[in-house]
Amino acid sequence: MNPAISPLDLFSPGGAGAHAISPLLWGLVWLSVAVILIIAAAVVAGVVVRSSGARDPAAVKVERSGNGLWWIYGGVGVSIVVLLIFVGWTMLTMAGIAAPSRPVALTIAVSARQWWWSFTYDAPGGSVVTANEVHIPVGVPVHFVLTSPDVIHSFWVPALGGKTDVIPGRANEAWLETDKPGVYRGQCAEFCGMQHAGMALFVEAQSPADFAQWLKAQAEPAAAPGGGDDVAAGAALFVARCGGCHTVRGTEAHGAKGPDLTHVMTRTTLAAGVLDNTLGNLSGWIADPQSLKPGAKMPAVDLSGAELESILTYLKTLT
Amino acid sequence: MTTTSEYERVPEIRSLSDDPGLPARLKALWETKPGLWGWICSVDHKSIGIRYLFTAFLFLVVGGLEALVMRVQLAGPERRLLTPEAYDQLYSMHGITMIFLYALPVLSGFSNFLFPLVLGARDMAFPRLNAFSYWVYIAAGLFMYASFLMGVAPDDGWFNYAPNSLPPYSPGPNMDFYALGMIFLGVSTTVGAINFVVTVLRMRAPGMSINRLPILVWGTTTASVGILFAMPAVTLAFFMLWMERQFGTHFFGAGGGGQPLLWQHLFWIFAHPWVYIIVLPAMGLVSDALPILCRRPIVGYTLVVLATILTMVLGFGVWVHHMFATGLPLVASSFFSGASFIITIPSAVATFAWVATIWTGRPVFTTAFLYFASFIVMFVIGGVSGVVTAAVPADLQLTDTYFVVAHIHYVLIGINLFAVLGAIYFWFPKMSGRMLNERLGRWAFWITFFGFNLAFFPMHLTGLLGMPRRVYTYPRGLGLEGVNMLSTVGSFVLGIGILLVLVNIWHGLRHGAKAGDNPWDAPTLEWATTSPPPAYNFAIIPAIASRHPLWEGRLGEGSGRSQFDRGFALDHGKEALATTALDAEPDAILRMPDDSPWPFLLTVAMSVGFAALLLHSWWVVAAAVLAVLVYGLLWLWPRRRLLQIAGAGHG
Amino acid sequence: MVDATVTDRTHDIMVERLPVGSAGRKSSGWFGMLSLIATEASLFVYLLFSYYYSAIWSDGSFLPARLPKFDLSGPDTVVLLLSSAAVWWGERGARKGARTQLATGLALAFVLGAIFVGVQVLEWRGKAFRPDSSPYASLYFTITGFHMAHVVLGLLVLAVLFAWTMLGYFDRSRHAPVSIGAIYWHFVDAVWIAVFFTIYVTPYLGVR
Repeated sequence: MNPAISPLDLFSPGGAGAHAISPLLWGLVWLSVAVILIIAAAVVAGVVVRSSGARDPAAVKVERSGNGLWWIYGGVGVSIVVLLIFVGWTMLTMAGIAAPSRPVALTIAVSARQWWWSFTYDAPGGSVVTANEVHIPVGVPVHFVLTSPDVIHSFWVPALGGKTDVIPGRANEAWLETDKPGVYRGQCAEFCGMQHAGMALFVEAQSPADFAQWLKAQAEPAAAPGGGDDVAAGAALFVARCGGCHTVRGTEAHGAKGPDLTHVMTRTTLAAGVLDNTLGNLSGWIADPQSLKPGAKMPAVDLSGAELESILTYLKTLT
Repeated sequence: MTTTSEYERVPEIRSLSDDPGLPARLKALWETKPGLWGWICSVDHKSIGIRYLFTAFLFLVVGGLEALVMRVQLAGPERRLLTPEAYDQLYSMHGITMIFLYALPVLSGFSNFLFPLVLGARDMAFPRLNAFSYWVYIAAGLFMYASFLMGVAPDDGWFNYAPNSLPPYSPGPNMDFYALGMIFLGVSTTVGAINFVVTVLRMRAPGMSINRLPILVWGTTTASVGILFAMPAVTLAFFMLWMERQFGTHFFGAGGGGQPLLWQHLFWIFAHPWVYIIVLPAMGLVSDALPILCRRPIVGYTLVVLATILTMVLGFGVWVHHMFATGLPLVASSFFSGASFIITIPSAVATFAWVATIWTGRPVFTTAFLYFASFIVMFVIGGVSGVVTAAVPADLQLTDTYFVVAHIHYVLIGINLFAVLGAIYFWFPKMSGRMLNERLGRWAFWITFFGFNLAFFPMHLTGLLGMPRRVYTYPRGLGLEGVNMLSTVGSFVLGIGILLVLVNIWHGLRHGAKAGDNPWDAPTLEWATTSPPPAYNFAIIPAIASRHPLWEGRLGEGSGRSQFDRGFALDHGKEALATTALDAEPDAILRMPDDSPWPFLLTVAMSVGFAALLLHSWWVVAAAVLAVLVYGLLWLWPRRRLLQIAGAGHG
Repeated sequence: MVDATVTDRTHDIMVERLPVGSAGRKSSGWFGMLSLIATEASLFVYLLFSYYYSAIWSDGSFLPARLPKFDLSGPDTVVLLLSSAAVWWGERGARKGARTQLATGLALAFVLGAIFVGVQVLEWRGKAFRPDSSPYASLYFTITGFHMAHVVLGLLVLAVLFAWTMLGYFDRSRHAPVSIGAIYWHFVDAVWIAVFFTIYVTPYLGVR
């Protein structure tokens, strides 16, 4: 089930932060349009009205006339008043987004890294670790603690709120609160290397009941591979060849360099939004990540066709 | 006739009719010897200024071609023309080239050519240093471009944030080229600034008091003072980066306890003032030339001058607005947000001064005027998009999106490039003695204007649609295809416009109509001498009585009249007049240096030194340092003939 | 001799005898050096900014276990200040036309400056850390290193001025290079006060 994904635009705020920012943002945009039109009109009209059509300066008399200074006094005076109004509005808006309106319901640890997002929740059943797709309950403030083990990234979900940089050595904080259920797209917004363009994230807001259910399911370790020898063989191969970088809770795979794959089949995208999560794409990704996301840290693991099939058979069970 | 000592004399006052041989004698003293070596050793500010212009335009074209390749890649979603690494190098070199190798040097070119002429002086205060600043500029530019030719150009953006610029994430020599190249270039920028500041303080014609200076002079001088205070921040940042990359010091890397944000602070403390440095002289060019084409003095000269200075001063107080999203305390952000709003006010003063000048003047439709008039509108577009991002909450959505790309190109192209293009049409006759073709000029203008706006206006929308900056591609289905295609088409149209300007220049140099001394009937001193000016600028040093010396009869400002026919001859050698700083009263007779090879040779030694630093050849570095010290000493060796030291005919 | 008058009718510009060539503080070089000092002073402002910024954001873990001491740096500061006094005295000699005083002042300043550098190097050697040990270490060596580089350049300037003095280049009317070199040396000393305060004094004032 893939709920509709909103694009990255700023026209349809869907969260408290974005709602608070939007009026000021659009107020400034419309102010800008007005100023541009006024000055452009003044310049064009001035040129048309005052020009004699001459093309040679020597043919036009030099003359100092008129009360030009009033243009400056008037224009600057109006500008100062308008600017002060917007400064005031800005300060008010800043106060409004400085902290959530209510105490936060949930804290999620975000680790931004080249070029994907790791999310960790403390859940009743044990900690939940997932990648690139973060679920939150709708209508309540959710707190994000942002860290990075490598370079500077920026956590940004335009429909929900402004961006917050993720700075190595610091733990920055952000909070998001959505209006209604849906999937909201985010994007890393600070140049972080080769695949900065390929570092999307998805925030899915669910009703509190749905969210609780999701979280419970995610907290479960991977089911023991039933379904026969094929799956068991695939599991063993996975642990041997992929477990160095990837974790699947409940197995021997404990690697921490790549995303946690315990419930990878529940995600809608792969490789931080570069690919839709289909078996075909998953297969292609494992076979040759560099051709799909050049520069990604996942190496091309040397697998035969049969080995790849076997691993996929196992991965299909990670729901 | 006796003088009590060789150290002093009363400068003789003569006229050309008393002494018709004066120009020929001065020419023999001042003219650069012909040939390649003569050209290399030349210290003539006019030659150096024109070199700066040519070189800056070369970099403009290279930077523009880089952008066109990028725009082809971005014309559609998920294109594979460029690998991510190639794109990253292109966008980084595009920024570096335009911001450092084009934007200031082109203005230095105009200022270098014009300063002594508009000030009524024979040359800049430090002619050899002037040549040196040019040689270092081109050497540093070539140094950085060597990386490009070797496929290891910087690829972390012109702003080069740490930790991405550190060895674990940037293992190759890319960043080292950038760091060392910028330190090298910083020498040129700094000594150039020193030269402008001292020239303005010391080398003006008698009577050119401080309230009679052209606004170009105010703009460049203000920018130069800004350079003196801002440049060291980035030189230090790049030096620290280079140290961290070579020797593992712990300034910026979080792993070793360093502070990634320290890089951003040092960089932006430099780079924000820098953006005013690269526009204030351009605004000065417009503030001088637009009124001439409106046949009147500028409205509000004093206000515009004060606005120029205030902009530069406030420009040092807003750098954190590049860092609003980094998680700063709210109080700090509020202060810098407020300051960023306030800095609009001096810009508003200048804008309304220009509009008022049009409305109270009689505009004349030369090509230059078209550029200057459209400049005003684009200045405002760039300015208001800056106001939008000055508000922290709006910035938290718009920073690092294409909205900011729109903003920076409106301020850089709209303010710097359009002013420069207009200035080329205006001053080309003075520099070359020929006129550019007006008809071709108008075509080029409209194509450039249309192309520029088609390319960059949609980017405001692209940013509001959420497209981040510095991405080598974007996915389908985000609604970004249309706006990106428009920008790509526009960028090519802009490229054609620039090409037409270059064609016009090339054609004008060969076949342009001959220009007289003052084809625009302009009021300032550069138009009181021939086109092009003789090597010594003015045979008789003029004495100045107003802001518009050549318009005095017509404007009726006061009863004073500037004097061109009679004045100081200063022909006991290569001489220039020094005057006091505020009132420009004669203060000393300066002996000016001859053409010299040391600026060039010193640059060669420094280039070897920087290349050796890059390659870790420490003995070669030591040898280069030694060479630099020796050449510098020979350059600075005082001369009795120049009366820098004792002993000439004394006692 | 004619005192020429160039008039503009609002101001009468009386022209008297003007100095020719580089006349002390009227020389272009003097103004150039002042501009250079402005930019180099800014460099040190940014160096010290980096120190304070790193200290504040290191949450108390910035300084090393052993705080920097005054046993070498204190006397060294005095040595440097004395060298400035020597240069000042030498320049007075130049203004009087007293070549011996000038030469002696320059030589004395050179010796004192060289002692300063020597003591600094000793102090560097005695440190338990290296430039790549910690942020503090990196900044300590960079800041004192930049200052030392300026001192070494100043020593070269003093040596060259001494040589030119012995060659008889200067007299009471023409000694601009001496004034220009002197103000550079005083600048380097003034910077040391700021560096000394930051590195040696502020740790005891709570900048950790």
